[in-house]
Amino acid sequence: MTGSGSFLRWGVVDLESDIIKEIRQLSVVKKRPDGTFYSSLSVNRVACLADSVGIAGRLVEITALENDIIPERYIRNMQTISIDDQISLLNAKVCIVGLGGLGGAVTELLARIGVGSLTLVDGDTFEDSNLNRQMLSTEHLLSTPKTDAAAARIKKINSSVEIFSCPEFMNHENAGQFVNGTDAVVDCLDNIKTRFILEDAARNTGIPMIFAAVAGHIGQISTIFPEDTGLELIYGNPEKLTTAKGAETLLGTPPYTAAIMASLEVCEVTKVLLKRKEILRNRLLALDLDQNTLEILHLE
Amino acid sequence: MQILIKLKLFATLEKYSSDLSDPYPIKSGATAGELIDQLKIPRDKVKLIFINGVRGSFSTALQDGDRVGLFPPVGGG
Repeated sequence: MTGSGSFLRWGVVDLESDIIKEIRQLSVVKKRPDGTFYSSLSVNRVACLADSVGIAGRLVEITALENDIIPERYIRNMQTISIDDQISLLNAKVCIVGLGGLGGAVTELLARIGVGSLTLVDGDTFEDSNLNRQMLSTEHLLSTPKTDAAAARIKKINSSVEIFSCPEFMNHENAGQFVNGTDAVVDCLDNIKTRFILEDAARNTGIPMIFAAVAGHIGQISTIFPEDTGLELIYGNPEKLTTAKGAETLLGTPPYTAAIMASLEVCEVTKVLLKRKEILRNRLLALDLDQNTLEILHLE
Repeated sequence: MQILIKLKLFATLEKYSSDLSDPYPIKSGATAGELIDQLKIPRDKVKLIFINGVRGSFSTALQDGDRVGLFPPVGGG
């Protein structure tokens, strides 16, 4: 694989060849479980290089991957995710709206898999009732803004990721600015009305939205592209909505349902970013953890 | 004349299925909306109707052997 010039975009051509030399010198040969060899770049080396040059760690990692050197933090992604896929993920920008039961786990998993830029949108702070399921919440962080907790968590997990924090509740006025410039948006909201606002913003921006919702043992997920009918097929006409909430007001939101649906959202957004064919477009995956059933339902 | 259908009621609608026979009998030619009325589920509590895995509506006519799934709105996160 040849370098396609991740630094060219930053206008520092000479820097790129210097960095490639440094990356080569700092990489070590390692052996995979199947006996094959690869060149590896450690987390510390990536961070040191990024610091010394003053660029985001993800750019160091992209340059390494373009030269067949694998940042060790992604080695267990490999094969399921190819080197080219990993480069695509590090170049991708994803917006996460809602940092609660779905969004906390989505944030964590997207940082770990190596999506390069994450926009975090939530105007809320943590409260006691969040602790049963919201991965970013701890007793120590009660009353802390969720975006602060998310940004701190990402930095601890993967300092290569670029973070854009938006500590605001989404509304018609601000929705566009949050999703603008991103490649996909993950709906981790807790109410139906705001989902329609997010869908409008994603449609106007021309990006796909990964929808998920949870109530009790039930989870639903679908992927909506700008030209698709989308949420109206799931919730009906938004102008006729009588309530912003659903069955979760009676059934609550247990942690395992939130976590598994968050995991499915991350799998789906990864597949969308990597342009895989088998995505849940115009289809609803419905999970029932009480009955142990998983169905793919056709919306159109 | 009756037909038999397979019913699956999700989440908060499950409580309406406690005493139902499986498969469930309904008059021939009935629509999904008439099924929901017969089950005594208020129509405004049903957000999604699936018949054999495909989204339907209150006016979709049911056939013998159909698998019918009904969801309330699900909105948590």
